[in-house]
Amino acid sequence: MTQISPVFKREFLGYFRSPVAYVFLVVFSVASIGLAFFVGGFFKANQATMQGYFTFYPWLFLFLIPAAGMRLWSEEKRTGTVELLFTLPITTLEAVLGKFLAAWAFLTLAILLSLPLAGTVAYLGSPDWGVIASTYLGGILMAGAYLGVCSLTSALTKNQVISFVISVVACLALLFLGWSVFSEVLGSIFPVWLVDLLSNFSFITHFDAFTKGIIDPKDVVFFLSLIGFTLFLNVVALER
Amino acid sequence: MIEVKGLVKTYGPKRAVDGVSFRVNRGDILGFLGPNGAGKSTTMKMITGFLRPDAGTATVDGIDVTVDPVAVKRKLGYLPESAPAYPEMTVEEFLGFIAEVRGFRSTDAKRAQVDRAIGLTHLTPVRKQTIETLSKGFKQRVGFAQALLHDPGVLVLDEPTDGLDPNQKNEVRSLIKAMAVEKAVILSTHILEEVDAICNRVIIISQGKVVADETPASLHARKPGARLDEIFRTLTASDV
Repeated sequence: MTQISPVFKREFLGYFRSPVAYVFLVVFSVASIGLAFFVGGFFKANQATMQGYFTFYPWLFLFLIPAAGMRLWSEEKRTGTVELLFTLPITTLEAVLGKFLAAWAFLTLAILLSLPLAGTVAYLGSPDWGVIASTYLGGILMAGAYLGVCSLTSALTKNQVISFVISVVACLALLFLGWSVFSEVLGSIFPVWLVDLLSNFSFITHFDAFTKGIIDPKDVVFFLSLIGFTLFLNVVALER
Repeated sequence: MIEVKGLVKTYGPKRAVDGVSFRVNRGDILGFLGPNGAGKSTTMKMITGFLRPDAGTATVDGIDVTVDPVAVKRKLGYLPESAPAYPEMTVEEFLGFIAEVRGFRSTDAKRAQVDRAIGLTHLTPVRKQTIETLSKGFKQRVGFAQALLHDPGVLVLDEPTDGLDPNQKNEVRSLIKAMAVEKAVILSTHILEEVDAICNRVIIISQGKVVADETPASLHARKPGARLDEIFRTLTASDV
């Protein structure tokens, strides 16, 4: 497992060696804060919370995380560096974890860049820091789950466009299951227990609790097990 | 040092490698010849543990690559075809990454290995340049430096002189020759003079099978007075 760290380091710094990191961080910040200001009524709500900011996270992640994750493996396959990587003394699991953790750390950085917004809220009012902290935790965990899906789809193809599209569709499915509008449609067709069961697989259902300040172990386990499951499939896809 | 026994790899209906067996000892430079698509690269990829053979084994220093691939990868230096490398990294950063994965973690040890590899392959003038800006000859040398970095006992080189100008070719050949005294080297090529220039053994494969395994002298003796490419053509006549 000591082999994870050089892979992590190369991958993480790799974002900053190309314009990818800067473009992504700027777009992420502008989009997330723009949505909070102009759609979420961040100031208009007149409440000392980050609710108006975080409420768009599941939707924002739907496009931005596949954009960050699509290149993880497809790029290596396209340029042939995958052959280099897998003839170095590294196991597939170490390579998958190293790259995944690097991308996750990068996304965490993007999320934490919104901290000045929390500072603004604190300056204007007295927010509940516990809720803000739990929401950040939920956001980071959810980013990991999205990323796990994207890393997996990226390992399936050397074409980044295909990787992006499949990632978005897969994440959309996981998102829709818990979206109230979609649940109502499902509810008119299927029995309630089935709709509830399906919505248990959704990002929104599990993220909601965090935004209310509740860190429920079952939500943490959901995100972590989704990460574990997708990374396991990721290893299988690469070793095939 | 390298022992290959009955390697088989099948792609769909095509047997890319069909029961290839040979041995390479310390001090040998084995020239691996064959028309394009004869199975040279596939065989090399199986020896280096990148592809899993459908049947047969390859052992390096007595370690079976199908049983303990990571241990074999530690002993090998491998230059994949067309020398893939991470384009956004500088030569120094890239070799530093390889050094870290190869277990040279301390700053001094890492620096010593990188400097040695850069010195051997004459990369000093471009060490701070990103790999994407390098000419093909320099890129090829970066791949070569990467394979030599940990001073491995076994070198597997897939077309090491491809894309180099005549002077660089000569330089790479003398480098391989100088190092081979205490190493086992396999190199694939389709430049026939290369065999006369550096190899002390030749294997010709055609349609996935070994059709000749001898010294360059006895290859010449098959048809006295004939040029090497005529002998090559006769041996690989079935593979058009």
